[in-house]
Amino acid sequence: MFILKLVLRNTFRHKLRTALTILSIVIALVAFGLLRTVIRSWYAGVEASSASRLVTRNAISLTFPLPLSYRDKIRGVDGVKTVSYGNWFGGIYKDRKNFFANFAVDHKTYFQLQSEFILTPQEHDAFVRDRKGCVVGQKLAKKFGWEIGDSIPLEGTIFPGTWEFVLRGIYTGKEKNTDESLFFFQWDYLNETLKKTMPLRADKVGFYMIGVNDPGRAVDITVAVDRLFKNSLAETLTETEKAFQLSFISMSEAVIIAIRLVSFVVIIIIMAVAANTMAMTVRERTREYAVFKTLGFGAFRIMAMIFGESLLITMTGCVLGVVLTYPAAGAFGRALGDYFPVFEVDKNIFAVYAAASLLVGITAAVFPAWKAIRITIAEGLRRIE
Amino acid sequence: MNAKSPIVEIRNISKSYRRDSQNIPVLEDITFDIAEGEFLALMGPSGSGKSTLLNLIAGLDRPDSGSILVGGVDIASLSESGLAGWRASHVGFIFQFYNLVPVLTAFENVELPLLLSGLSRTDRQEHVNMALGLVNLSDRMDHYPSQLSGGQQQRVAIARAVVTDPAILVADEPTGDLDRVSAEDVLALMDRLNREMGKTIILVTHDPVAAAKARTTRHLVKGVLT
Ligand SMILES: Nc1ncnc2c1ncn2[C@@H]1O[C@H](COP(=O)(O)OP(=O)(O)OP(=O)(O)O)[C@@H](O)[C@H]1O
Ligand SMILES: [Mg+2]
Repeated sequence: MFILKLVLRNTFRHKLRTALTILSIVIALVAFGLLRTVIRSWYAGVEASSASRLVTRNAISLTFPLPLSYRDKIRGVDGVKTVSYGNWFGGIYKDRKNFFANFAVDHKTYFQLQSEFILTPQEHDAFVRDRKGCVVGQKLAKKFGWEIGDSIPLEGTIFPGTWEFVLRGIYTGKEKNTDESLFFFQWDYLNETLKKTMPLRADKVGFYMIGVNDPGRAVDITVAVDRLFKNSLAETLTETEKAFQLSFISMSEAVIIAIRLVSFVVIIIIMAVAANTMAMTVRERTREYAVFKTLGFGAFRIMAMIFGESLLITMTGCVLGVVLTYPAAGAFGRALGDYFPVFEVDKNIFAVYAAASLLVGITAAVFPAWKAIRITIAEGLRRIE
Repeated sequence: MNAKSPIVEIRNISKSYRRDSQNIPVLEDITFDIAEGEFLALMGPSGSGKSTLLNLIAGLDRPDSGSILVGGVDIASLSESGLAGWRASHVGFIFQFYNLVPVLTAFENVELPLLLSGLSRTDRQEHVNMALGLVNLSDRMDHYPSQLSGGQQQRVAIARAVVTDPAILVADEPTGDLDRVSAEDVLALMDRLNREMGKTIILVTHDPVAAAKARTTRHLVKGVLT
């Protein structure tokens, strides 16, 4: 078709201008994609959290512990299937910059409840049998080159001293968004040591994790658990794991809003860039469009030429953007792997790319097209560039 | 058909432009005929309204008042798209700056007016080859305008103007941008189109040498035709 051929050739008439316009669209889209992926990663923990798990913590704050004695009372609540528990350990491996999350957890129940952390039965047995055993995610193991049987020392911050562990298991994630960079060891090891060195801090639990039979009753159960400890020395706050995770994120809500905002500003910028290119292009060709009109080409065909060119530019940018988002996200994810254990591009983002490119392509062409159509032939022919 | 019967009948046309809030009259109550087969040169000082008049005859613009009959059709009464269709089949255009589309080859430029005609591809090809043969540029049909000299570009433009076989050719200073030799070529070509193919030609020019090629010369001075 003739118009198509013309659009194609016109688009590459000013190669540098077109290339720069496409480049800015690609950069903007990839930046948009990365920002969106950052937000998504931020929420990955929430998405991965199970609806059939509840977390109970001290009502005052997470940093205040709960007595171990609550375990049996919680177990007695109707609808509760499993009760596990643990402490944020906050240990450091060699250097502060090697940050990863590490927990002391009840070895008998924890991996039953966290069924998305997959361990072979042999590994699980080995972990349970060894008081100093630990289990890490495969991403973490890979990062430090740990293998089963390795001995790993952590320097305690909340619980002073150097703590020696032996790697007994490396778990993999069941889902794509499962965090594979966590470190777990036996709560009993922590507790037995504390009994000897700091008896006052022994038999204290940072959080309980509760598995329920029926997720539909989760809310009732949170109320029932908290009622148990009402007016006791350590009142509890029980919520679904999702709400628990969200309470971490809410602290940085402002940051997320800012990133969201920036990602939309990016779209507006490419709109301006594309609109500028199209305005320049169409203005230069005013006389040419007058010639087309002289020869009998109507408004519809002129519009097709202008919209076609605008869309060809933005859609080319879109395709290149899609192609380049993966390597860009890969590099970004590797560089910031410590902060974003799960950095996966959401394929839905490409629908947003396409929609944005379409919108930008059309918007950029509207005003120039309107001008090109409105100008009379006599006037258009008088234009000398 | 009587060669002396008028193909263009201009009756009492006036045209003025509005600039800011001022009305600038360009043509005032002009009446004249152009006979079929005529080769008319329209001369006059710059700004006298030659291009304006030519645009009105060719249906590129509309008069404020008066009527223009071309081949018996009152073109001022046609709708915008009706006028576009009428132009495409009745008038060929030759401009001072050739106005070829730079991204199209000579062949494709000449083919342009035929794309709206509904002709088959092979028919179009035949017409284009004929038109390019007429201007003696068959060997340049795959060249882009930037690869052609000014004179060659103007000849491609002439091929484009005649490819639909219109009865009337309008040319607005077609030699204004050419050297003497190329200008001679173009004028000789127009002369042939007039003599051999019976085209009615209206040529706007400043150049007395060009005007001398025409059979009739009329002068437009301050909106009045003499
Ligand atoms: N679109 C327009 N708006 C305002 N004034 C116009 C417009 N087109 C032409 N004019 C004015 O009308 C007058 C006649 O213009 P026109 O182009 O017909 O002259 P011309 O005889 O062809 O001149 P030249 O020999 O320089 O080409 C000029 O004064 C010009 O400035
Ligand atoms: Mg003029």
